[in-house]
Amino acid sequence: MTAKILIIAEHDGSKLNPSTARCVTCACALPEAQITVVVCAAEAAAVAAQVAQLAGVGRVLTLEHPANAHALAAVQAPQVVAIAAPFTHVLGPSTTFGKDLMARVAALLDAPQVSDIMAIESPTRFRRPVYAGNAILTVEASGEGKVVGTVRTASFEAAAGGGSAPIEKAAVEVALPTHTRFVSVSAARSDRPDLQSAARVISGGRALGSAEGFKLLYSLADKLGAAVGASRAAVDAGYAPNEMQVGQTGKIIAPELYVAIGISGAIQHLTGIKDARTIVAINKDSEAPIFEVADIGLVGDLFQIVPEIERLL
Amino acid sequence: MKRILVGIKRVVDYNVRIRVKPDGSGVVTDGVKMSINPFDEIALEEALRIKERGGAEEVVVATIGPAETQQQLRTALAMGADRALHVQADGIVEPLVAARALLKLVEREQPLLVILGKQAIDDDNGQTGQVLAALWNRPQATYASKLELKDGTARVTREVDAGLETLEVDLPAVITTDLRLNEPRYVKLPDIMKAKKKPLETLTLSALGVQQRQQLKVVRFEPPPQRQKGIKVRDAAELVDALKKKGLL
Ligand SMILES: Cc1cc2nc3c(=O)[nH]c(=O)nc-3n(C[C@H](O)[C@H](O)[C@H](O)COP(=O)(O)OP(=O)(O)OC[C@H]3O[C@@H](n4cnc5c(N)ncnc54)[C@H](O)[C@@H]3O)c2cc1C
Repeated sequence: MTAKILIIAEHDGSKLNPSTARCVTCACALPEAQITVVVCAAEAAAVAAQVAQLAGVGRVLTLEHPANAHALAAVQAPQVVAIAAPFTHVLGPSTTFGKDLMARVAALLDAPQVSDIMAIESPTRFRRPVYAGNAILTVEASGEGKVVGTVRTASFEAAAGGGSAPIEKAAVEVALPTHTRFVSVSAARSDRPDLQSAARVISGGRALGSAEGFKLLYSLADKLGAAVGASRAAVDAGYAPNEMQVGQTGKIIAPELYVAIGISGAIQHLTGIKDARTIVAINKDSEAPIFEVADIGLVGDLFQIVPEIERLL
Repeated sequence: MKRILVGIKRVVDYNVRIRVKPDGSGVVTDGVKMSINPFDEIALEEALRIKERGGAEEVVVATIGPAETQQQLRTALAMGADRALHVQADGIVEPLVAARALLKLVEREQPLLVILGKQAIDDDNGQTGQVLAALWNRPQATYASKLELKDGTARVTREVDAGLETLEVDLPAVITTDLRLNEPRYVKLPDIMKAKKKPLETLTLSALGVQQRQQLKVVRFEPPPQRQKGIKVRDAAELVDALKKKGLL
């Protein structure tokens, strides 16, 4: 059976989000995968050109509409559904964008959604984490009808470049709702690498004690070219903004190096770092659960250790 | 009547260490502490605060699940919900089934707002709110960390990967909660006594005309792969050396 896959691109209007390239790799695990990526945008050309270069993509569709200036699930879902008929699988990334959108798409298609796909075993069989990653569940869809899925991006490498897929304009006749309106987005602009795709991540917890304390981490991160993450406790306390949160309710990441500083290692935090290649933990409590998963552990006071590491680099 | 409908799910408490059953059919739940899904507790808290501010007159809490779920409904009533609806259903309730049942309750109760948790911490599906909004053909605002009601609209700040996004949605709408929306209140003993007298209505999926179907069959549960035990270093210098040896610096 040929798998015909539709992937919904994630982008900010000009730049393609790396999550899309990871969805492409996931889709390539389906037999005889024929991959179409759709770009919903006000003006899609720039993003479509980036998608066309991803190896494995067979075709890029653009859905241009002024209402697509900001990604709103209630607006995008009916457009996606309108072009979904020929496909066996409809995939999006398991990011806040994809999770918001894909379940709405699944509902309109009356199709089951497999959330957080971490491995594909067959066109109908998928593996996914449940219970905050404390169990892995294999599920089987009936094979009748479509399967909708969100792709756990930390489980897949980004597809390589070098492709040159054709780009086609798609036209759909659907009424778009006006009941949902974009007001604003506040995103801290940072020159640091993106947390979700960075090779190195330095993360801080409640122990940093203040937003001031986090500066210690920014300084170390900049020396290492690393992104900065945070535990929920650090975000709740206002030491770090919410987009830095790592874990079950934050970002799920898979860096080469993850350094957890003053983080106890609650299961909800560990969910976010299970796929990190090397985990380093710095904590003054030798019994802290983070040491159970750390490849390299250092017991001690972070306020001494972190500046010392920086001096040694 | 201005009404808010809150959906709750009974789940294994978030503090419990999950163990997969040896036969792979599920996780161990015998003798395990069960609670209201933490995100749903936040949903209920938000509804109660809206009511306390005068933004709603009644908070109705609903669940779809087995008989034992009534314990969590009683807790929700003790927190301050006015009424509870229990839709009896056994086995795995998939998001599409839960949303169809909630839609039936929505048609009956005509709420101005439905607030649900953004995900249940057992199956981690994170779908029900969006599915309900789609079937109802109404707005959704997921991952809410702030919610303001004004003149038939809701202004919702959402925690998204990029930072904080604000949407305006017409009511009625479906909101799903993130952790920073509020901190749920503690239940006081007198409220537990009072909750026993509050109305709890039991319904069934079939009476609502909703089919209990499972589109995704469970093949097996497995424990996650364990990480290899690591090493301990004594100081910053040893740490830097160890990282260099691994080629990470
Ligand atoms: C539904 C739900 C979802 C959640 N989602 C997430 C999530 O996505 N991400 C997340 O992180 N958490 C999440 N949590 C919260 C999680 O359970 C923990 O509460 C949180 O991760 C704790 O953060 P922390 O490790 O920074 O703080 P703490 O647990 O307080 O740990 C602080 C650590 O710092 C150490 N320390 C203190 N001082 C020093 C010092 N001077 N030097 C070195 N070490 C020091 C202490 O020994 C301690 O181990 C969630 C919880 C729930 C219920």
